[in-house]
Amino acid sequence: MQESSSFIPYIKRYLKRCITGPWSLLCGLSVTFKYFIDPRRIVTEQYPENRKTLKMHPRYRGRLEMIEDADGNNHCTACGMCERACPNASINVLSTKNIAGKKVLGRYVYHFASCTQCGLCVEACPFGAIRMNQDFEVATTDPNTLEMILNKKEGQG
Amino acid sequence: MFVPSVTNPIGDFVRNLVPQVTAYLPVAFQSETLDSVVAFLINAVICIIAVCAVNIGSAPILIYMERKVCAHVQCRLGPMRLGWHGTMQTIADVLKMLFKEVYAPSGADKLMFYTAPMIVLIAPFMVCALIPFSKDLVVADVSMGIPLIIAVNGFGVLGILLGGWSSNNKYSLLGALRSGAQIISYEISFAMILLFVVMISGSTNLMDITMSQQGTVFDWWIFKIPVLGFIAFILFFISSTAEMNRAPFDIAEAEQELTGGYHTEYNGTPFAMFYLAEYIALVTNSALATTCFLGGFHAPCIGFAPVDNVLNMVPGLVWFFGKVFFMIWCYMMVRWTFVRPRVDQLMDFEWKFLLPVNLVLLTAGAAWIAISG
Amino acid sequence: MTGMLPPGFRIQRETNTEEFFINMGPQHPSTHGALRLALRMDGETIVELVPHFGYIHRGMEKQAESMSYLQYIALSDRQDYLTAIQNNLGVVIALEKGMNIGVPEKAEYIRVMLQELGRIASHLVFFACFGGDLGGQTCLLYGFKEREMIHDILEEVTGSRLTTNFFRPGGSRYDVPDTFIPRVKAFLDHMDGTMKDYERFLSKNIIVLERSKGIGILSKEDAIAYGCSGPVLRASGVNFDVRRANPYSIYDSFDFEVPVTYNGDCYDRYTVRIAEIHESMKILRQCIDRFPTEGPWRSKEKPVRLPVGRYYSEIETAKGLYATYVVAATTGEKPYRIHTRGPSFPHIAALNKMVQGHKISDLVTILATLDPVIPEIDR
Repeated sequence: MQESSSFIPYIKRYLKRCITGPWSLLCGLSVTFKYFIDPRRIVTEQYPENRKTLKMHPRYRGRLEMIEDADGNNHCTACGMCERACPNASINVLSTKNIAGKKVLGRYVYHFASCTQCGLCVEACPFGAIRMNQDFEVATTDPNTLEMILNKKEGQG
Repeated sequence: MFVPSVTNPIGDFVRNLVPQVTAYLPVAFQSETLDSVVAFLINAVICIIAVCAVNIGSAPILIYMERKVCAHVQCRLGPMRLGWHGTMQTIADVLKMLFKEVYAPSGADKLMFYTAPMIVLIAPFMVCALIPFSKDLVVADVSMGIPLIIAVNGFGVLGILLGGWSSNNKYSLLGALRSGAQIISYEISFAMILLFVVMISGSTNLMDITMSQQGTVFDWWIFKIPVLGFIAFILFFISSTAEMNRAPFDIAEAEQELTGGYHTEYNGTPFAMFYLAEYIALVTNSALATTCFLGGFHAPCIGFAPVDNVLNMVPGLVWFFGKVFFMIWCYMMVRWTFVRPRVDQLMDFEWKFLLPVNLVLLTAGAAWIAISG
Repeated sequence: MTGMLPPGFRIQRETNTEEFFINMGPQHPSTHGALRLALRMDGETIVELVPHFGYIHRGMEKQAESMSYLQYIALSDRQDYLTAIQNNLGVVIALEKGMNIGVPEKAEYIRVMLQELGRIASHLVFFACFGGDLGGQTCLLYGFKEREMIHDILEEVTGSRLTTNFFRPGGSRYDVPDTFIPRVKAFLDHMDGTMKDYERFLSKNIIVLERSKGIGILSKEDAIAYGCSGPVLRASGVNFDVRRANPYSIYDSFDFEVPVTYNGDCYDRYTVRIAEIHESMKILRQCIDRFPTEGPWRSKEKPVRLPVGRYYSEIETAKGLYATYVVAATTGEKPYRIHTRGPSFPHIAALNKMVQGHKISDLVTILATLDPVIPEIDR
């Protein structure tokens, strides 16, 4: 390269590199050696074994679920806000009419396959009827299980 | 007929056994020549099996070791699932590799494509035959050991060149050409360091080189010559890393640049052979370093008789492999620490740094011999 | 052709070699995603490079036309996934301009802290990929190790590791949990020691210096002409940081340096980013000291409806200038058009200028120091 035009600085630089170069390499080796001998630095988690202790944070957005009491009653009024908030059309709220002629929730259809877990539906719900649960093992071999009906009872309320 | 230069209990046992067995045969078959030929053949077969066992057997251990070393350097655990701490993992991987379908890319030169991995495998096997593993365990105790190693060790590059060229892939070709240029350059340093060892020990026979280091730790060539020995050891370490195409000098593979270099197109068994060759080369180069610098199969005595007696009780084979695995660990630490130089920098390093330093070292070594008598 | 080359990298034409074409990508380990680079090579030397994009084009700007503003915030996560939390803020600031609402003080602190955490995370990925692309696989794991800690914090705060979807006009989606400040403090204490190790590991390494010094020089004029921003621009000697030049949020109240270097080579881009990690940690420390425990974390919630108009926001993400231009043709929940100006696209455009005359190994180094994220280019 062009440095070779001036000889003395070139030799100086060469000799300097002969000293600093190996030293810098030794510094690198010292870091890896430090990490090698120190088992406390290991960050790997043994996943299926630690399943019991593995807890997701309460805000973790897993699968959408409906907040229901023991009898299967929920707060959903089939207003359809979640359906409109969803960017991927993963939610279909199918309403029906109860005996009194009032619009109530028929089926809450949730297409988990197209859900991106953005949580906009939960945010949009004015009644706090749905939430994201902490499931993270959501893989399945049967695509039919990804189509879910979230409410247990039809036409309540 | 074949006259072994090293008396070997196994060889002697076979040679003694054969006449006893042939004594039961009809008289027509009884002759001394026939006995020695049969004994030679049986010994040869045993030798081949031994070399194969050492080489092929060490490869899965080394792969496992590499995975664990690399994992712990990187704050991981490495394989943990199959067997105790993942010990069976490499065996499973080898089986997977062997059962894979083997195919060549269209347009590849099929003959060359499949010959290349075999050629690559030859060199480290041949080097392994020359290494004295213990006082009486050496396959070929040839007097021209070091020149033979220099001649054979560069043989692997032929396979790499062939493999890269016949793959009909530009990345492979670039990798092969890089490898060719690299190995031919580093061969010079490699040979010169070995020449330095030959000079100071006064023999080209690996057994003699080992025996010249008899005594304490400070009689090993790495410490026996003040400073020079250590520098020579470091230079050997560098040039042998380049010889093996191992990181940081793995520009021929250069996964990030050439997606695997010369073995981009290989899969299944041929790929496994390239992989195997890499690890066997690791063993042989470590064994060479051990023989030339670390006292071979000698125990690390410290000159204090009670300790030395205990150390000497351990067979030489154990010391030898202990040292070999220490060397391998060093190679692995280096591999997982450093980044890769560029191809022209690698050449610069060889021609502008290693070679001059080697020449200086040779001169200084000669001066040391002259002074110390 | 040779006239354009940087000095010292003139192609030797003593032997009459034939140029050939190499196709790098879209499946190549170091193109950082589905980027295709068509290379005209002379041996190992690159004569010309043509980048090809579009392998993961998703039409985000077209999608935005049929989406509500809130939904676009979720979509902005998917642009530059390494700085998702920063993209959120870029969109949100534009929306806030339209809605004309203020942000409470605590929300601003939450924003700044998450921004800087995101910046550190992105720069750690750069550190990892830079080392990894040079051939040091260990470096790759080291960078990602610390990034995981940031992601754990982000997961606790936002509910997602990568696609955060956290900021909202007027504040953020949630308040931060009580554990947030102690965790960030613990992370910063951990980072102090770790960054020392990592710099020891890579910054002065002679091979890294040889590989990156004087490689891929982008002059100040070129950097401005191509529209580069962020660390790439600052490494070329232009002191431009949106946080300083056009402060958003409460960045004007913090004491931090804008690291600038003047060579414009790969090593400078590396040092600028490492220095930025330290500056981000400085900002985070100041945030922790001044973090208001009381007070609202979100202004009064209003439906996200923008009046007719054009709203523009620009922020400094880890990669550079990220600008959002919202056109609202009707008052309502949906935009007429949202345009995003991402930082990576101009950097890739400047790639051809930088690699000419270099070896194929240098291309990998240069690409790593540009730190492009392909989904953000393709969108």
